[in-house]
Amino acid sequence: MNAPQPIRQDQRQFISGNEAVALAARDAGCTVASAYPGTPSTEILEFIAAYPEIYTEWSINEKVSLEVAIGASLAGSRALCAMKHVGVNVASDALMTQTLIGAVGGLVLVVADDVGLSSSQNEQDSRYWGRFAHIPVLEPADAQEAYEMTRLAFGLSEQYDVPVMVRLTTRICHVKGVVVCSPAETYQRKNFTKDPARYVMVPGNARKRIPLMMARDLTLKEVSETHPLNRIETGRDNSIGFVASGAAYFHVKEAYPEAPVLKLGFSHPAPIEKIRQFSATVDKLVIVEEVEPLLETELRAAGISLYGKDILPRIGELSPQVLAPCIDKLSGKPCEDKQIATEELFPRPPTLCVACPHLGIYYCLSHIKNTIIAGDIGCYTLGAGHPWNALDTTISMGASLSVAQGIDKGRSEADQNKNVLAVIGDSTFMHMGMQGLLDITYNKGNVTVLLLDNRAVGMTGGQNAPSSGLNIHGEPTLQIDFRKLCEALGVKPERIHEVNPYELPTLFKALREEVKIKEPSVIITNQPCVLTERYSKLPPLKVDEDKCTGCSNCLDVGCPAILVSRRETVIKPNGREKELSFVNIDTAACTGCNLCTNTCAPDAIVAAFNIDKINAVEVK
Amino acid sequence: MRSHGNADAINPDTVTNILVVGIGGQGVMTAADVLAQAALALGYDVKKTEVAGMAQRGGVVTSHVRFGKKVLSPAIRPGDADMMIGFEPAEALRWHTHMKPGAVVMVNDYPIIPPVVSIGLYDYPENPLSQLADSLIELHHFNAGEAAIELGDRRLVNSIMLGAIADHLPFPPETLEQALLTRFQRKGEALTELNRQAFSLGRKAFSQRDSVATA
Repeated sequence: MNAPQPIRQDQRQFISGNEAVALAARDAGCTVASAYPGTPSTEILEFIAAYPEIYTEWSINEKVSLEVAIGASLAGSRALCAMKHVGVNVASDALMTQTLIGAVGGLVLVVADDVGLSSSQNEQDSRYWGRFAHIPVLEPADAQEAYEMTRLAFGLSEQYDVPVMVRLTTRICHVKGVVVCSPAETYQRKNFTKDPARYVMVPGNARKRIPLMMARDLTLKEVSETHPLNRIETGRDNSIGFVASGAAYFHVKEAYPEAPVLKLGFSHPAPIEKIRQFSATVDKLVIVEEVEPLLETELRAAGISLYGKDILPRIGELSPQVLAPCIDKLSGKPCEDKQIATEELFPRPPTLCVACPHLGIYYCLSHIKNTIIAGDIGCYTLGAGHPWNALDTTISMGASLSVAQGIDKGRSEADQNKNVLAVIGDSTFMHMGMQGLLDITYNKGNVTVLLLDNRAVGMTGGQNAPSSGLNIHGEPTLQIDFRKLCEALGVKPERIHEVNPYELPTLFKALREEVKIKEPSVIITNQPCVLTERYSKLPPLKVDEDKCTGCSNCLDVGCPAILVSRRETVIKPNGREKELSFVNIDTAACTGCNLCTNTCAPDAIVAAFNIDKINAVEVK
Repeated sequence: MRSHGNADAINPDTVTNILVVGIGGQGVMTAADVLAQAALALGYDVKKTEVAGMAQRGGVVTSHVRFGKKVLSPAIRPGDADMMIGFEPAEALRWHTHMKPGAVVMVNDYPIIPPVVSIGLYDYPENPLSQLADSLIELHHFNAGEAAIELGDRRLVNSIMLGAIADHLPFPPETLEQALLTRFQRKGEALTELNRQAFSLGRKAFSQRDSVATA
């Protein structure tokens, strides 16, 4: 992984929202930053890690990550914690109590919502947490604002004694724009001061903090009413006025440049009175929020008449082309039909990489009958797709083990002969899977666990984790021993197998044996993610087309380097038709993992170059 | 040979919209970044956005580059794109409804077949280029994939495709070349030179082809 280069401050910079947040953390004097990788938030911490003055860590999960930031804040540092939307579900246990404590050094929680589900299991609106946890929410609309609002958030946190949420969406995180920085500040770290009445949240202490939190809500509400981040932009056409925040603000400006807009930056607590005044200046008021009708509900309760999710979609981005037909309908304009018939084209879903160590696992799983397979979150979730169709559930981080335990305990008589499996990656196992395994051993479950250890957080780009033996900077540190860990969690030593996932016969043997045994077992794979430096390519393969019988067994591997060159239908001696697919291998893509050769009965898959030629290439 | 016809048609006072489309791992995002850097160097306001869910896993990647005096929304609306760099013919076809009539479309006609096609679930279009040629665009195409492999590295597709678009931008091709080569300076003279070659190959190869699909 290439560490991003720190940037000079005296320039117009062209950076993403994520990088802008990192830059702001540095310029605000933040000295501790933590995160668990998750799209679209991952790069925030990768960029912060390039600043030597900030302690940075990949934490084990989002709850741990937020608690590290909380500790740093209580110790007197400015601290930032970044995560994707589903991460807050995990971290919320800490958040919901920390709000009673507040913050010493500025405590900023940056949350990235995957609006439109580009790489997530659900679509959540993290602005809810602002209401639930009684904390202010800032919503930048582009990278420049991500910079400004992150800087501001540290100060707000200290001034009002509260954790502050900066809410991003994919369209902020991954959009690059021009950013101009302001002068950096030096933050004077405070010392840790013992204050058990405030920091020890036993009922007696916590009860006293609740009225303080309520008073803080009122103060923040007043702040929001007059805050410059909530501004009215007048327009020439007052027939429709918009209230918008985040990416939706620019979508509205693009689609309706003449319309007045109340732009919300300090979006919770909402400036209700300001919005009421604004509504009086326009004929119709439209609230454009991604994605839930949160503000809309509050404004309706305050008696302001408006349009919102009654005319706008409740899922996905509110881009100009989504907004336009809804708003045109409202203003009685004939709806311009810009819908052009799109081609009937094949889909191109994401798939496992060429030579991915998970390919062998899913080849085996798709060839074993009578299974119920609980999956988890990571690259290997793609095993649910073609050609393997090997996963039966995917819910949340670590759920494979605990859901498998529930399936084992809850299955009917008819399902008793089925084999219950769980498939989980190394990082997800450490994030929240370990507890599930302990639950299985403690409660005498019968689950065969496949622990796919590729030594990295693959899906988000190969970040390091305790399984890598490297920290966020790539420096050597503890490397977890999964065999010992599983033993410690109660799995019998003879039920733990370490296998090379490119060796199909070994893999099949281990799987077939372990599913038969009625107690928990763990099969650990031991080959690295092909996107990391650990992976070494081997000379590529090709297909000897004279030998290929068109059986298509190799296509069941699902490797993107195996391509069909021609199809044929033949009539077998028994009169049945059979489809044959003759293949070749994209030699430029193949990295010679040899997995597919295991599946080829006529041995038609051979080295693409003879050894002499390879040497010649290397010499050249 | 068409010479810079559309570059003249683009008004520097308005926003120029360029779509870069392809597949994860092809260098779509890098190409878009180079375009954005070039526009930035000339003082334009620039925004660049991607739809790249799980981009490294062979899925569809689309980059939107918008530059002009002031850019608001980062995404290009359907029917508003002035130019497209298509790293793969079927992907270019997938996005062609985003193009303005007369838009310049540069396509690498080296197809990449996904596993869902290999296993027989879907068909790859028989001739995506002729389908593209039927729409109201100015189509140029060339097998940049093969040319890159011949030059020694399939990742050079990226620089070839940037060369392809260089003479159709509202700014001099040298600005784009400079932005491209700056990226490689840290990585040594040899790689910089290779990318320079790829860039000029792209400029030449695509200008020689005209808007006829003959695949």
